[in-house]
Amino acid sequence: MAGFTGRTSSLIKYNDRSLKDLTTTPASVSSSPGALVHIKTLTASSSGTLSFVHGTDGVVLDSTYPIYKFEFINIHPATNGVAFEFNLSIDGGSNYNVTKTTTNFGAFHSEDGSSSALNYDAGRDLAQSTAFQTLFTSGTLGNGNDESTSGQLKLFNPSNTTFVKHFMSNINYYANSAYSINCYVAGYGNTTSAVNAIRFQMSSGNIDSGKIKLYGIKDA
Amino acid sequence: MALPSEKLITINDRGARTATTFGSVEASDGSMVFIKKLTASSSATLSFVDGASSVVLDNTYKEYLFTFNNLHPQNDTIQLMVNYSIDGGSNYNATKTSTFFLSRHQETGASSELSYKTGQDLAQSTSNQQLTVDTDNDNDSGISGYLQLFNPSDTTFVKHWISRVQSVQTNAHSMEHYTAGYVNSTSAVDAVQFTVSSGNIDAGDICLYGIL
Repeated sequence: MAGFTGRTSSLIKYNDRSLKDLTTTPASVSSSPGALVHIKTLTASSSGTLSFVHGTDGVVLDSTYPIYKFEFINIHPATNGVAFEFNLSIDGGSNYNVTKTTTNFGAFHSEDGSSSALNYDAGRDLAQSTAFQTLFTSGTLGNGNDESTSGQLKLFNPSNTTFVKHFMSNINYYANSAYSINCYVAGYGNTTSAVNAIRFQMSSGNIDSGKIKLYGIKDA
Repeated sequence: MALPSEKLITINDRGARTATTFGSVEASDGSMVFIKKLTASSSATLSFVDGASSVVLDNTYKEYLFTFNNLHPQNDTIQLMVNYSIDGGSNYNATKTSTFFLSRHQETGASSELSYKTGQDLAQSTSNQQLTVDTDNDNDSGISGYLQLFNPSDTTFVKHWISRVQSVQTNAHSMEHYTAGYVNSTSAVDAVQFTVSSGNIDAGDICLYGIL
């Protein structure tokens, strides 16, 4: 480019590679950052489990953020009549078996309009159990082509070593008996050890498709 | 000027300065903006007042989000509470009508419940609004959750809020509390105060965000 004579200080050049690879904003952009930071998206493809392990594959799940948010986008099972569930790990994903006490309730309404209610589901809460926690209230998810579940789960201060680890979820799903079910599951991992991994799976079979997106919420 | 190929583009510094997305950086959602963090340290109250200590609580945002991160009470069996001000924090006594329900499950598995609580809702009351019930103060027990406040600076409509708060109850229950309602005023709400029903908030923090 020896022959180039641009407008000196007011003209700068980027090739498209440099823009595409950019991972940090210029100072003027950083002065007003978003507080919701995308960390990782996992896309299911006949997946037995989807796990977010701190320090693995770009996953951050430590004291960097006080609150983590998982978004579930059209999670679709391979098997008919299953539930979507999760568990926590305090050993970097070697074991997903944190002791939990939880609540579970939801509202449902049938497509034909004949049935609706708001119920606590005493069969799907946990009392000091290490089992996976279902994110569903009553019913199960079908594997029809248009059936899926979407929603979110928030996990508070997973790396804290003083307090239990609170979480709360709200998801909606298309039950295989043609119901819309709005589910509220919450509780705590009853441990003062840092939670550093989380796993999602179906109660049986694979997660055929769908995305789980992990975000961190800044507190500064 | 001989460009080496179509792979080279030029932008002036005005273009760079006004750009809003930069490759992978656009994955960082700029629609949620951190405003202020208050950390409790044996604090009787935690207050967010528009215009004070860098707090923004005006028409800059149409929605504000408060997050609670392991608030730990000094005393046992207390309630986390909220109230609103329309006079810059001089008085926290806005008139409110609200609903309150909760779900709970005991660690022993012996007891569970989903019910509306008529003792915790408000009907045109200026009292503090409870956000939790009978919260524990064991060393590992904290309060976490959030409260959304919609359009606080509006001077036409009432001011709606929705909260969802998770805590450990004194008798070892996982307790989740759902509170919602409105400040029945057409004056702008310009301050929000959090407190507990007795004693102080020992530790923990509350963060305020604006939602664009």
